Amino acid sequence: METIPVEHGFILAGILFCLGLIGVLTRRNVVFVLMSLEIMLNASGLAFIVAAARWGHAEGQVMFLMILTLAAAEVAVGLGLIIQMFRRFQTVDINVLSDMKG
Amino acid sequence: MLELIWLLPTFPLLGFLALVLTGGRLSKQIAGPIGAGSIGLSFAVAALVASEFLNSGLEHFTYEAWVWMSVGGFKPGFTFFLDGLSMVMMLIITGVGFLIHLYATGYMSDDPSFARFFSYMNLFVSAMLMLVLGDNLVLLYLGWEGVGLCSYLLIGFWYTNPANGYAARKAFVVTRVGDTSMAIGLFLLFAQLGTLNIQDMLHAAEMQWSVGSGLAVAASLLLLGGAVGKSAQLPLQTWLPDAMAGPTPISALIHAATMVTAGVYLIARTHPLFEMAPSVQLLVALIGLITLLLSGFTAMTQSDIKRILAYSTVSQIGYMFLGLGVGAWSAAIFHLMTHAFFKALLFLASGTVILSLHHEQNIFKMGGLRKALPVSFFSFLIGSLALTAFPYTSGYFSKDEILLGALELEGVGFWFWLGGVVGAFFTGIYTFRLFFIVFFGDSQAEHPPEKEVGGWHMNGPLILLMILALSGGFIHVPLDAVFNHGEVHGEHHVSGLVHGIMIAVPLLGIAVSYLFFRSKTFSVEKLMASAWAKNLHAFWFGGWGFDTLYNAVLVSPFLFLARVNRKDIIDSFNALIVSVSQAANALIVKSQTGSLRWYALTVAGGLVVMVSLGAIL
Repeated sequence: METIPVEHGFILAGILFCLGLIGVLTRRNVVFVLMSLEIMLNASGLAFIVAAARWGHAEGQVMFLMILTLAAAEVAVGLGLIIQMFRRFQTVDINVLSDMKG
Repeated sequence: MLELIWLLPTFPLLGFLALVLTGGRLSKQIAGPIGAGSIGLSFAVAALVASEFLNSGLEHFTYEAWVWMSVGGFKPGFTFFLDGLSMVMMLIITGVGFLIHLYATGYMSDDPSFARFFSYMNLFVSAMLMLVLGDNLVLLYLGWEGVGLCSYLLIGFWYTNPANGYAARKAFVVTRVGDTSMAIGLFLLFAQLGTLNIQDMLHAAEMQWSVGSGLAVAASLLLLGGAVGKSAQLPLQTWLPDAMAGPTPISALIHAATMVTAGVYLIARTHPLFEMAPSVQLLVALIGLITLLLSGFTAMTQSDIKRILAYSTVSQIGYMFLGLGVGAWSAAIFHLMTHAFFKALLFLASGTVILSLHHEQNIFKMGGLRKALPVSFFSFLIGSLALTAFPYTSGYFSKDEILLGALELEGVGFWFWLGGVVGAFFTGIYTFRLFFIVFFGDSQAEHPPEKEVGGWHMNGPLILLMILALSGGFIHVPLDAVFNHGEVHGEHHVSGLVHGIMIAVPLLGIAVSYLFFRSKTFSVEKLMASAWAKNLHAFWFGGWGFDTLYNAVLVSPFLFLARVNRKDIIDSFNALIVSVSQAANALIVKSQTGSLRWYALTVAGGLVVMVSLGAIL
């Protein structure tokens, strides 16, 4: 079986991470921002998996499991916040939330 | 007994404290005795100390009450120095001061601020005694500024009238010019000689400086600056006539009898310094001569009774400066003493006149007061005679000594003498112009004068001062030890002609005055007919245009600068710090958009920068 070169894995992870970041920065809908964040988290998880496979270490996989848990918790909290936000402001546009403007 | 000298300034100071701390709640029956009594006690102590001192035969006596401050080698104390000069001064201050305080208890009896008045007066006497008794220039300066402060407070005593406040500020600011010069003089003396104890300083100066050396000239010039400010001599004489805004006893005490002679005292006290700078000493005489002539002319044109007396004070202090300048030290102090007697008398008598006429001060609205006010009439008669140096009154002896002292000076001495004699002629004219207009002729008063005001406490001081003004010339002033280093000064040897002239000239002045203002043989109106005479009159009336000159040269440019520089240029440097930090703040505030995406972008941007930095390095 031909192995996938480790560079490809890292490049994919990098592209995913950048896509996620761009989504976080440009999206106005909070739900999409949250989804972009998930993509970023999974991109870093992919990087761990690739590294663990390449060097045969278990820590990378352990780390991915932790990221998975973290992402689940984050989604739970984030969605809760979004629901609160929608209730209070009747919108999910993130630009409306600028009361902390100096 | 001599140790009691520390009580002298203490009594008036206690009186001041008592009156000030009770805040005017004392009734007049209590405040009056406290105010006048403290000075009376001081005078009693002064008399005791003086007789003890004269009997002891000491040349001088020093008593250190306590050390004021001690910084390195600089250790001025509340140390009192008694010699002939300070003894004469303290007797004048407490003696004449007491009489004036006594008079003031009557004069001010209707004033609501009775206690405040006496508290200032007591503080003044206390400061003045420190001035003349201090053995170091620091204590002298304390008294010097103290009397300046009291002068300010008392000129503006009736502060509800803005004009009085203006006069007070003017006096304060003008004398401040002199005080600054004097302070610089003290710094110079301390820097060069290392001490401010007057006697040590004078010795050190004699040891270290040669006659006419630059330092001696500079130091004496700076001290002279202080003296002309306080004594209202050219070019700082403009404040004294305006100082008449205060109550009349103030004018008598401060602006005639005591405070304005502080400059004369200062020069006499530091006379070895002036002897080492002959050019400055000549300048002193010149200032005196010019001042006495200028103010003599001005006094002839004034119509306010107190302003006439004020200009005559300036003129008489001019005589004292003339005496100091020609080296007739004792004569100058002698004149200071007799002047204190007769000028206090004249001012207090004018106070009675003013009070009887319901605060009318224009002499052309008086007239014919001879019968209505007999005590004032005799007071004015005797005071005027003494002022014009009528033979055998007190002023005659002292003015003669000054003029003879001037004559003894070689070279320019004759011209000083001549100027002094001319001044005496004008003194005769202006003094008796006042006398004839006020007390003779028909009454011009808008309200008929009341019966002469004042009981024994107003008339008593007048009578005592009359006696002193008449006989003060026979008092022997024990100043030989101070000025002639123990040698008794010889009699003046001058021809009978000189004596004759000096007696005749004031009489001539009186005669001219009589012809113009009493018998009306000559008419002032005719003299005033031509335009140039009117202009000259206006010029003299305004005091030779000094006020206008100072306004144009000093006050207006200052006000202009103040207006232009309303936002202080120096301040703008400090304001710069504020505006820079405000601008920086505004810049940083812009980054706090409150937008979550913006924050995320900066985090990501920062990360990119850090990572690329790490990659490059």
